[in-house]
Amino acid sequence: MRSLMIAALGLGLATPALATPTQVDWQQTLDAARGQTVYWNAWGGDARTNAFIAWVGAQTEAKYGVKVEQVKLSDTATAVTQVISEKAAGKDAGGSVDMIWINGPNFLSMKSQGLLHGPFAADLPNAKYLDLSPSSAASVDFTVPVEGYESAWRLARFVFTYDSAVVTDPPRDMAGFLDYAQAHPGRVTHPDVSNFMGATFLKQALIEFAPDPAALQLPVTDAAFEAAVAPLWDWYDAMRPFMWREGKTFPENQSVQQQLLNDGEVDFGVSFDPASAAGAIAEGLLPDTARVFVPRGGSIGNISFVAIPYNAAHAAGAEVVANFLLDPATQAHQQNIEVLGSFSVLDPAKLSADEAAVFAALPSSPALPNLQDLGPTLLEPHASWMTRLVAAWGERYTK
Amino acid sequence: MRDGRALRTVVAVALMGGVVLPILAGFAQTTRAAFGILPAIGAQDWSLVPWHQLLALPGFSTSLRLTLVTGLGSTLLALVLAVGFCALAHGRMSHAAMGRMLMPFLAAPHAALAIGLAFLLAPSGWIARLLSPGLTGWTRPPDLATVNDGWGVALIIGLLIKEVPFLLLVIGAALGQLPVRAHLNAGRALGYGRGVLWIKVIMPQVYPLIRLPIFIVLAFALSVVDMAIILGPSNPPTLAVAIVRWFSSPDTALILPASAAALLQAGIVAGAIGAWIGAEAVAKRLGRWWLRRGGRGHRAEPGLWAASAVVMALLMLGALALVGLVVWSFAWRWSFPQALPQSWSLKGWMTPGNGWGRALEATVIIGISATLASLALAIAWLEGEDRARRGRAAWAQALIYLPLLVPQIGFLYGLNVLFLKLGVSGGMLAVIWAQMLFVFPYVMIALSDPWRALDRQHLRAAAALGAGPWRRLWVVKLPMLVRPLMVAAAIGFAVSVAQYLPTLFMGAGRVATLTTEAVTLASGSDRRVVGVYAVLQAGLPFLAYGAALLVPAVVYRNRRGLLGGAA
Repeated sequence: MRSLMIAALGLGLATPALATPTQVDWQQTLDAARGQTVYWNAWGGDARTNAFIAWVGAQTEAKYGVKVEQVKLSDTATAVTQVISEKAAGKDAGGSVDMIWINGPNFLSMKSQGLLHGPFAADLPNAKYLDLSPSSAASVDFTVPVEGYESAWRLARFVFTYDSAVVTDPPRDMAGFLDYAQAHPGRVTHPDVSNFMGATFLKQALIEFAPDPAALQLPVTDAAFEAAVAPLWDWYDAMRPFMWREGKTFPENQSVQQQLLNDGEVDFGVSFDPASAAGAIAEGLLPDTARVFVPRGGSIGNISFVAIPYNAAHAAGAEVVANFLLDPATQAHQQNIEVLGSFSVLDPAKLSADEAAVFAALPSSPALPNLQDLGPTLLEPHASWMTRLVAAWGERYTK
Repeated sequence: MRDGRALRTVVAVALMGGVVLPILAGFAQTTRAAFGILPAIGAQDWSLVPWHQLLALPGFSTSLRLTLVTGLGSTLLALVLAVGFCALAHGRMSHAAMGRMLMPFLAAPHAALAIGLAFLLAPSGWIARLLSPGLTGWTRPPDLATVNDGWGVALIIGLLIKEVPFLLLVIGAALGQLPVRAHLNAGRALGYGRGVLWIKVIMPQVYPLIRLPIFIVLAFALSVVDMAIILGPSNPPTLAVAIVRWFSSPDTALILPASAAALLQAGIVAGAIGAWIGAEAVAKRLGRWWLRRGGRGHRAEPGLWAASAVVMALLMLGALALVGLVVWSFAWRWSFPQALPQSWSLKGWMTPGNGWGRALEATVIIGISATLASLALAIAWLEGEDRARRGRAAWAQALIYLPLLVPQIGFLYGLNVLFLKLGVSGGMLAVIWAQMLFVFPYVMIALSDPWRALDRQHLRAAAALGAGPWRRLWVVKLPMLVRPLMVAAAIGFAVSVAQYLPTLFMGAGRVATLTTEAVTLASGSDRRVVGVYAVLQAGLPFLAYGAALLVPAVVYRNRRGLLGGAA
């Protein structure tokens, strides 16, 4: 592993003949970053992710003299609010948030309010491993152009978890959840829709039921919204009485739902991580028979990013960490099921043979799906759909 | 005399600058946002729009109703239960024994208790596991809303487990100041039943002494956040939880209606206290009429037994909840319907990687600093009163209790903005300062009565021997007060450990204490790690109380007379 990392580093340094301005800049960034502590604001509900972030910090400290402190959030929006509070107080430099694990509406919100540092992502040395063509997954976040204001770090795919010893015939698609709920009342639920994963559950169904899925890729309009959600609400209204607690209360997030799955209160969990079942088994948090499945038409996928607030005190350090996250060795470590098990964001075509071999040699697990099992990746709807959908759900079902 | 004035001036300035101004400033910021001024998100104009938005937010009216039902309901129930239990237990149980029995419940932070209780009561929880499948026939948990229920019953139970012991303690302290036995004997001789005597004769004398604690309980129950997140309904939650959610929504425009709601929350507490005072007046009239009727009321006895049974059941639930956390912290796999874990592990305790080591350190540092500073301020205040030879003015009393009566959410957001402007947010100092707002009042409550009860003859003797005021303070007063000082410190420390919102807002998320981590992890999937945090979180105050008992015993090992009465 170490020799590979050295090789990867060497790759960046092996072509100094043409000292491009970028490389000079990067050396300046490295110099400025040395000694900094990066406060990485990241959702803290997953022990494996937390451990991975701690590992990242140890690595960057050893390599670049950059420490990482994870600020464990229960909700990413907390960090956004913090930056807004700082802006309200006129604190335009030396802010307390250096880096945020972010995507979707939070990114849209910060980008549109000019709260982000950048563009920086395309200038990171390891950005060369990414497919950054305009329509690629690393260039659009919920259809919002990234434009260098955030940098990719892990791949997310929406999956359901279940206990194969209890559920022998999982639903084949979202419509199938209605049949399942009617046959097994009180066993289906989803995270609260104010939570990201709860909203994703609805979006997955929205994509499946929408008469015109292409409309979801454009900013939402009143007419498009009404047309798209009508079949969704029909399905949801039919299912709701048969849901856990009659659809009147919901687990706060996917972790709480996973706990309910582990306790046997519900039959399905949701996750944005295909390795979640395998990981949870290893942690003793789900029975050994836990597995994942995706609806047969595929499931929503997106990339998780890191962004740097405009007033971050340690922007240079944050850039160094963002770059380290894209190192092939880091991505391979991250994809290891014994570590995090989340799929690499790098473009396989841009890896050298040695780098690709490391990915091929990673260990496997019966609970870990392969890429074929996961089917096609469905694009996230435009971020404005999610905001609208969450608000409409609230108006309909929060009484 | 001049010396006394200087001391009091210092204390007054410290309190004005440290307590009153921040709260007012925080409210001012919140108020500005509530009426449409928050330049950071481009809101520049005074308007009532945030209030209209608030009224239109989904579930607003249900949240409001939930807050009123759980807040008022739990306070009223707690009072009735505590009075009923005292009526029966008084004279049958020593004050010290009662104190020992209540200590774990007073010390355990709300969040820890709530986490344990949630596991205990859930359909897949410990009670169901103990009874299944043998008695219930359940091989899989039933779909019953036993926690997070739409009525807030689980939340009320959780609040009662914390509030009843608190009220029992203050009622017990109040009873110590009254000639209860004489009254009871006289009443008995006139043929009154025990229960009615208690209600007609004792309670009217106790009530004025415990009125303020009741208001504190009421204000707390109406605005509690951590417990309501864990035990309360979620869709919609109580108003206080909804406000926290709105403040942290990705849709930053919600900060404006959230600020309006935070002001409303303050209004609800003020209104509830006002309504309570109104109800007192009505109860007074009815009570007089009822007293004069002269019923002897022997039928009240079963009511007392019922109240006591409920109190004991609540304490049992609370104890089981805490034990459940300890068991979880040592578990590996523990699935339904196993009564105990299938496999055990020390992993939760062995992996400081999940951060409890640093959270523990931060909690202890903040707790000790906030407690010592509060204690110093309290001693300065009380000494100032002594030197001025005057009692406490009503305004001063109100000043001390202000932070406990004002909902935290009302001013914390605004205070955070203010702290940011001063450049002190996000650090330990900001958290310590914010926590002191809540630690100081409890230290004052704990210390005031023992301080006044100090036998003045010793001071006069010291003065006659030529000791000046400072020497009297250091050499006579404080050593004699070691026991109450330690108790006050333990209470202050326990309050500090339990603080959630001040740490969250003022620490900018960077200062992780056991409480903030436990509440965050409670919304995670790993009960075992939560167990570790909650055990530590509940364990620290136990240690503090233990030290409060131990230190005087060591200091006074050859001064037996000081061990008894001082507290």
